[in-house]
Amino acid sequence: MIKKIIFQSVFFSFLSLEKVFAAESGGMPQLNPEFWISQIFWLTITFGILYLVLSKLILPKISANLESRKSQISDNIEAADKQRDESDAKLKEYEEIISKSKNEAKNIYNQSREKALKEINAKRDILDKQIDEEIKKAEDEINQLRKDAPTKINKIAIETASELTKKLIGAEVNNSSISAIVDDLSKRNGEKYYGN
Amino acid sequence: MAANPMTQFEVYRIGPEIKIGAFDISFTNASLFMVISSLAILLIFNLGSKKNSLLPNKLQLLAELSYTFVSKMIGDTAGSKARPYFAFIFSLFMFVLFCNMFGMIPYTFTVTSHIIVTFMLAAFIFIGVTIIGFIKHGFGYLKLFVPSGVPAVLLPLIVVIEIISYLSRPISLSVRLFANMMAGHTMMKVFGGFVISLGIVGGWLPLSFSVALTGLEILVAFLQAYVFAILTCIYLNDALNLHH
Repeated sequence: MIKKIIFQSVFFSFLSLEKVFAAESGGMPQLNPEFWISQIFWLTITFGILYLVLSKLILPKISANLESRKSQISDNIEAADKQRDESDAKLKEYEEIISKSKNEAKNIYNQSREKALKEINAKRDILDKQIDEEIKKAEDEINQLRKDAPTKINKIAIETASELTKKLIGAEVNNSSISAIVDDLSKRNGEKYYGN
Repeated sequence: MAANPMTQFEVYRIGPEIKIGAFDISFTNASLFMVISSLAILLIFNLGSKKNSLLPNKLQLLAELSYTFVSKMIGDTAGSKARPYFAFIFSLFMFVLFCNMFGMIPYTFTVTSHIIVTFMLAAFIFIGVTIIGFIKHGFGYLKLFVPSGVPAVLLPLIVVIEIISYLSRPISLSVRLFANMMAGHTMMKVFGGFVISLGIVGGWLPLSFSVALTGLEILVAFLQAYVFAILTCIYLNDALNLHH
């Protein structure tokens, strides 16, 4: 409806243009006060309405739009910053956990290794001791045997000699004279039998 | 067509004669283009502010760029105290700009080429700024006419000059816009007339002038709207932040 009116009035203005051009007028039309009041009136009306609608309806909306965009963008940036910080913290935490567990694993390895070494050493010490003891015992026994051997042999020799003489000559020989002979023999040939 | 380049500025009645008392307030071609300009502004900015999308479309971008442009202009010249007058200066800038631009379309009427229109706008700004100045600073606003650091001998002369320059503000403001628009449109009409009178042989030179002038006039249309708005900001700045 408004469109139609505007169209009609524009069309009408073109029609009346001819009339104006036909009527030649001198000087500046701007200084002709005929329509001054009309122009002031319509300027006040149109500019007043324009100002009112712009200031009350349209400009606050544009301002709000701009504000909301600005705040949305800054919110998004803030959120992105926050998330980046969070991910950084997570990454740090993760790295910490990894290094901690690495240390732990190292510790456990070292400890068990030490323990094992200690056990092995202890066992070896015990075994060494036992072996030493056994060797000592055996050596003692050998020494004892070696110490005892000449006297026993002498005794056996004395007894065998007296028995032999008794059987051979049938005479009782004094044990002491036999032992003297044996001692003498053993002293002379001892080295041959008992070594060292 | 008429040879007189001034006929384009003729105001004539559209429709019936309307009278309030002794005053003739008939709807004229000037009124028509005031209405068209205002409606165009309202239409563009209404469409440009309807949807609020993060990525604005062309109209929204236009509306928002205009908003920030005028906002920056006011902030730069008059500071943050001028915030309440933003809507007025925005309307003023857009109204003058659209009237100028609509005047660039052939067979249209240029509202701002009439001294009475520009003078009314300038007078309204002048009176408004003076009232704002007196409300903000009381009679201290008169200090505007007494610049600091002037030798006492020269002071009476300076004060007189300052007062004259202050009072001539509405005249200079209105005549600047009116004269620019009128001169430009007259010149285009004159060159257009040359094209017709020189005909197919010699008409090409004035035609090329005419084309160049059209471009220049579009620049002038924007520039004069900008100058009008920025001078309003400067006057407002004088009234709001009194330091001379």
